[in-house]
Amino acid sequence: MSKILVCVKRVVDFNVRIRVKPDGSGVVTDGVKMSINPFDEIALEEALRIKERGAAQEVIAVSIGPADAQQQLRTALAMGADRAVLVQVEAAPEPLSAARILLALIEREQPQIVILGKQAIDDDNNQTGQMLAALWNRPQATFASKMELADGRARVTREVDAGLETIEVDLPAVFTTDLRLNEPRYVKLPDIMKAKKKPLDTLKPDALGVAPVDTLKVVRCDPPPQRQRGIMVKDTQELVAALKKKGLLS
Amino acid sequence: MTRVLIVAEHDGNELNPSTARCVTCARTLPQAEVAVAVLAADGGAVCQQAAALSGVDRVLRVDDAANAHALAATWAPQVAALSKGFTHVFGPSTTFGKDLMPRVAALLGAPQLSDIMAVEGAQRFRRPIYAGNAILTVEVPAGKQLVATVRVASFEAAPEGGSAAIETIALSVALPTHTRFISVSSDAADRPDLQAARRVISGGRAFGSAEKFNLLYSLADKLGAAVGASRAAVDAGYAPNDLQVGQTGKIIAPELYIAIGISGAIQHLTGIKDARTIVAINKDADAPIFEVADIGLVGDLFTILPEFEQLIGNKA
Ligand SMILES: Cc1cc2nc3c(=O)[nH]c(=O)nc-3n(C[C@H](O)[C@H](O)[C@H](O)COP(=O)(O)OP(=O)(O)OC[C@H]3O[C@@H](n4cnc5c(N)ncnc54)[C@H](O)[C@@H]3O)c2cc1C
Ligand SMILES: Nc1ncnc2c1ncn2[C@@H]1O[C@H](COP(=O)(O)O)[C@@H](O)[C@H]1O
Repeated sequence: MSKILVCVKRVVDFNVRIRVKPDGSGVVTDGVKMSINPFDEIALEEALRIKERGAAQEVIAVSIGPADAQQQLRTALAMGADRAVLVQVEAAPEPLSAARILLALIEREQPQIVILGKQAIDDDNNQTGQMLAALWNRPQATFASKMELADGRARVTREVDAGLETIEVDLPAVFTTDLRLNEPRYVKLPDIMKAKKKPLDTLKPDALGVAPVDTLKVVRCDPPPQRQRGIMVKDTQELVAALKKKGLLS
Repeated sequence: MTRVLIVAEHDGNELNPSTARCVTCARTLPQAEVAVAVLAADGGAVCQQAAALSGVDRVLRVDDAANAHALAATWAPQVAALSKGFTHVFGPSTTFGKDLMPRVAALLGAPQLSDIMAVEGAQRFRRPIYAGNAILTVEVPAGKQLVATVRVASFEAAPEGGSAAIETIALSVALPTHTRFISVSSDAADRPDLQAARRVISGGRAFGSAEKFNLLYSLADKLGAAVGASRAAVDAGYAPNDLQVGQTGKIIAPELYIAIGISGAIQHLTGIKDARTIVAINKDADAPIFEVADIGLVGDLFTILPEFEQLIGNKA
């Protein structure tokens, strides 16, 4: 049976206005709306479509995080994942530790396809999928905007700085999603009810034989320098004059 | 002693300017010795360009037919092998470096720091998180090898004027065959590079069609500017993906950025925070883009654009 593993990180919702704590210890997350990382929603949608086309039989959603991450896994189940696994830790670990945990899960589940987001919009690291592929010694197809599967291979279009790159990888492989891969479906109410009955396992990293360590020490968290609001001009002529005054037009 | 290895980004002929920016970042580390690794099918020309950068001490040339395209799975084991003895391994925070460097880090068992925006010491760096809405100061434990990507918009390109020695290196690393390059396509090949351009004009959803988005190009030509776009404009198919500016697109730092019909969502603003001057043209006086604009003009872009183009004539 061919399985797809999808990673789902719990992050501050992309619409929330981020505030840095006055003591510089981090950003305010208490009482803030949390969601599935948007790129992971895209990853899950892609997995569901692959399953719906008959190219896989089971979609497993995985999260590494606090107990509250069960909420995001329930949403993933409501979207259509068949079951979910929460690897429970106090706080999401660094990418290398996350990749080690995911590798241990891969060894248990033996998926053909593993899909992650290209980046988590909280830490903006853009590392975990690539690290996982390296540890697993399998191909990576990052920043995917199109995935075509056939004959144990995948042809992937990737969004790169130069434009669009196409590569081919042998399965099993790791994929990371870019924004234009698909548009995730909305969750319907009956699906939320059904999701309550789907299996959601919780386990600790040591059950997988992994001890997550954070190597990098966060010294401080600061708000960014603010740009000042400038001047308003009333018409195009004034705009051109203002640009000339700044030496930006001759 | 700080020994930095920079993985060169190039297209087989030309060194990408992102590499010179990594050199500047590496140079700000105390007592740094800087080496640039050039992996290529035939790295001759690129090695010359890397050796000519001021601040580069050595260039490591690794030629292999398998290196004709920058496939992370193929390059990472080679970079990992080259990394022995280096305290820091840097790549640019472009799609090239973002794809490759974490794979290198995992092979080395080293942590990675993404998007270095400032150096506070050999073990201490600053980087943005939450789309640039918070800045972390992070410390790497002493004695720990560090892999990092350099936020290219935060560093000037190192000038020419160097004359580093070029060492040819033969690696005996088994390379995978599970990943194959097929093709790359680019719509914007003959236009100024968005990440290097001194002037950028970007369009948003307001343009309404790919046809109308083309209005931007003739203005851009007059200004010698590169063209950018918001995610909404790319999603709608008005502009190709490589024009997207923002948290998940390109982070740029031009002298002049003109945002036209772009609302100014935080994800977009992340990409332009380092622009010297921001100009916003939007019909909604309350659009958030005006909060960060140095010069704002409220009005209909379809009226303003032709006027603007006419006023600057051909002498911009
Ligand atoms: C995970 C994630 C990542 C994202 N990454 C990015 C990213 O990298 N880059 C990015 O840009 N966005 C990104 N976004 C999307 C972002 O949140 C916004 O949706 C997007 O930037 C909006 O694009 P826009 O300003 O073109 O469109 P809109 O927000 O719709 O704004 C259009 C603007 O045009 C103005 N307008 C309309 N008609 C006219 C006219 N005739 N003349 C003048 N003005 C007019 C309107 O007043 C409005 O302000 C991301 C979102 C998510 C969730
Ligand atoms: N704690 C986590 N739980 C589940 N998935 C994760 C976690 N951390 C990272 N990922 C996955 O890795 C992707 C990239 O994350 P990052 O490397 O942190 O930017 C995310 O989009 C997720 O798919």
